[in-house]
Amino acid sequence: MAEQFLEPVVENVYTLNLGPQHPSTHGVLRVVLDLDGEFIVRTDPVIGYGHRGHEKMGENRLYKQFMPNTSRMDYLSGMLYNHGYVLAVEKLAGIEVPERAKYIRVICSELNRISSHLLWFGTYVMDLGGFTPFLYAFDDREQILDILDRVSGSRLTYSYCRFGGVCQDLDSVFIDMTRAFLKRLRSRWSDYENLVTKNIIFIHRTRDVGVISLEQARQFGVTGPNLRACGVAFDMRRAEPYEVYDRLDFEIPVGTKGDALDRYYVRMIEMEQSCRIIEQALDQLPGGAFLNPKVPDRLRPPKGDLYFGFESARGQTGYYIVSDGSTMPYRLHVRVPSFGNLHVLVEAFQGTLLADAISTMGSVDLVIPEIDR
Amino acid sequence: MGNEVGSEWIRLIVGAVIALAFASLNALFLVWLERKVAGHIQLRPGPKEVGPFGLLQTIADALKLVGKELITPSAADKKLFVIAPVLIFMPVLVGFLVLPFAPELIIRDMNLGVLLIFAFSTFSVLAILAGGWSSNNKYALLGAIRSVAQNVAYEIPLLLTVMSVVLMVNSLRFSEIVQAQGHIWFIFLQPVAGLIYLISATAETNRAPFDIPEAESELVAGFHTEYSGMRFGLFFLAEYTNMFIVSAVATSLFFGGWHGPFGFDMKIPGIVWFMLKTYFLIFVIMWVRWTFPRIRFDQLMNFSWKFMIPVSLANLLVTAVVLKFI
Repeated sequence: MAEQFLEPVVENVYTLNLGPQHPSTHGVLRVVLDLDGEFIVRTDPVIGYGHRGHEKMGENRLYKQFMPNTSRMDYLSGMLYNHGYVLAVEKLAGIEVPERAKYIRVICSELNRISSHLLWFGTYVMDLGGFTPFLYAFDDREQILDILDRVSGSRLTYSYCRFGGVCQDLDSVFIDMTRAFLKRLRSRWSDYENLVTKNIIFIHRTRDVGVISLEQARQFGVTGPNLRACGVAFDMRRAEPYEVYDRLDFEIPVGTKGDALDRYYVRMIEMEQSCRIIEQALDQLPGGAFLNPKVPDRLRPPKGDLYFGFESARGQTGYYIVSDGSTMPYRLHVRVPSFGNLHVLVEAFQGTLLADAISTMGSVDLVIPEIDR
Repeated sequence: MGNEVGSEWIRLIVGAVIALAFASLNALFLVWLERKVAGHIQLRPGPKEVGPFGLLQTIADALKLVGKELITPSAADKKLFVIAPVLIFMPVLVGFLVLPFAPELIIRDMNLGVLLIFAFSTFSVLAILAGGWSSNNKYALLGAIRSVAQNVAYEIPLLLTVMSVVLMVNSLRFSEIVQAQGHIWFIFLQPVAGLIYLISATAETNRAPFDIPEAESELVAGFHTEYSGMRFGLFFLAEYTNMFIVSAVATSLFFGGWHGPFGFDMKIPGIVWFMLKTYFLIFVIMWVRWTFPRIRFDQLMNFSWKFMIPVSLANLLVTAVVLKFI
């Protein structure tokens, strides 16, 4: 009876457990690899080691109280997750947001996006064996954390947004710090370029490695920079503009081949575009209130359901909220980009070397707690 | 006669003891240097709490390693597992016997010194294979397999470049090779060979960007994944001592050994020149490690078999032809 459930033993193939404790899986991801020598025959990602039941928690607390949970799903872009959550609830409950608050949220979100991409840049090059760029990137990222710490009082899990605004206004010091940081970051591009982008070893490790075709990307629901590297200019900030993104001028970088090098380029250019967005938003920043004072603590959205998708650092993240008219959501589901980005690797790994698999896995920028939730 | 043989033995034993002490101290210093160099390259200060400039940090680390439990995996091949760390350290130590630190400071000036040092350095592959195989761990085995392929590939260009120097001097004796560089260092006469030697030596010592046998992000720790305590410490010690040996050999073969540049000794003792140059080369190897990402395994092999070996062979041929007709 049991035999029919067992998989046939393939000769000359051995199984390697990559993770859950492995330097390159960035969190508790386990990938079961069947290897023939160093070539990968079969890939089987195993997820769920970091499951905390965030969605279930959402059903048991007030709308407001779920805010801290959102930034703990993707701890690297907590501000973006906060932002998306308040946008979804505001849309569901029909809450007005002051203009100033919209700009403040965009500025903070884009800062967070840069910090997430910087961390990816550092850890990716570390996956490829280069340690020094990692510390350079962390040095830059530290500045962003200081800036966001100033307004939100925390470095990673911000909980800064509120329904109808943000919890604290920006001051002139914040604006000066942000402008100084943008100037500093732009002066670093040439360092990164000389150290990594133009490095012959880096190019050989990423060019034509881990190619994800457009077809595969569509099948697995790949979004974000990974999809754009395949040549599709799809970005939620442009496709379904929210907040003030339709008033800001920015480009959507796209790749051509969908290999690791394209994904690298897309993210590096995206950082520069985020800098542009922040600059424009700072220039246009209107005065006035930063929080709608009429929003009640115990929010009771009308009966109904709503899906709201937005662009997080890794792709399209979405909140699906079902309200039964009470103070707590009836059901709360989160669509996370890393899930699709991880499972496309099953096909991208096929027939590649173990070293290339590490390079590919690093290049799609996975955050495992976001998948496990 | 008997007296002479006896004094030779005493010389050897004293030399071996000094070499052992020097190797250990040197490794401790190099680990400190590596962390300082890495720190300053990465915009951070490096170790600075324990002792002046953090100099005692590595001693504290070594003491910690000694105090750790020696774990042997239950499924390991116990004998090989225990022998491997010793096997990797002993051949490295032998290298000190023939290194020409100064005209009067060679423990044993053998007529086959160059051959001996490379013959023994090949042993380290055996130790890595033994360690990786006996651990009974897939990561360790992968690291060991990679290491063997890599060392076979890089030993050939290494020896070919050394051969072109040997051809110029007509001797395998270190002291004669260094003496021949009194006025002009061989790096200026054999720039291609010198460069290929440095690249191969980096690969030979398994240092980044050629550190694929222990590629941390791929193989966790490669062949020494299962080693703990001082057994791991011996692998570590061997790596840093090996780094000193290859740099010292490069100094003697290409950078004039105990001579100052272009015959100017500036009344500085030979040993100082030798050490200065050796540690500078070590610094260069460290600098490279903290700058470059890691090469992929098959690219590394291609680089050796399709580029370095043909170039070093051509270099050897040109050297031979030129020497024949001048």
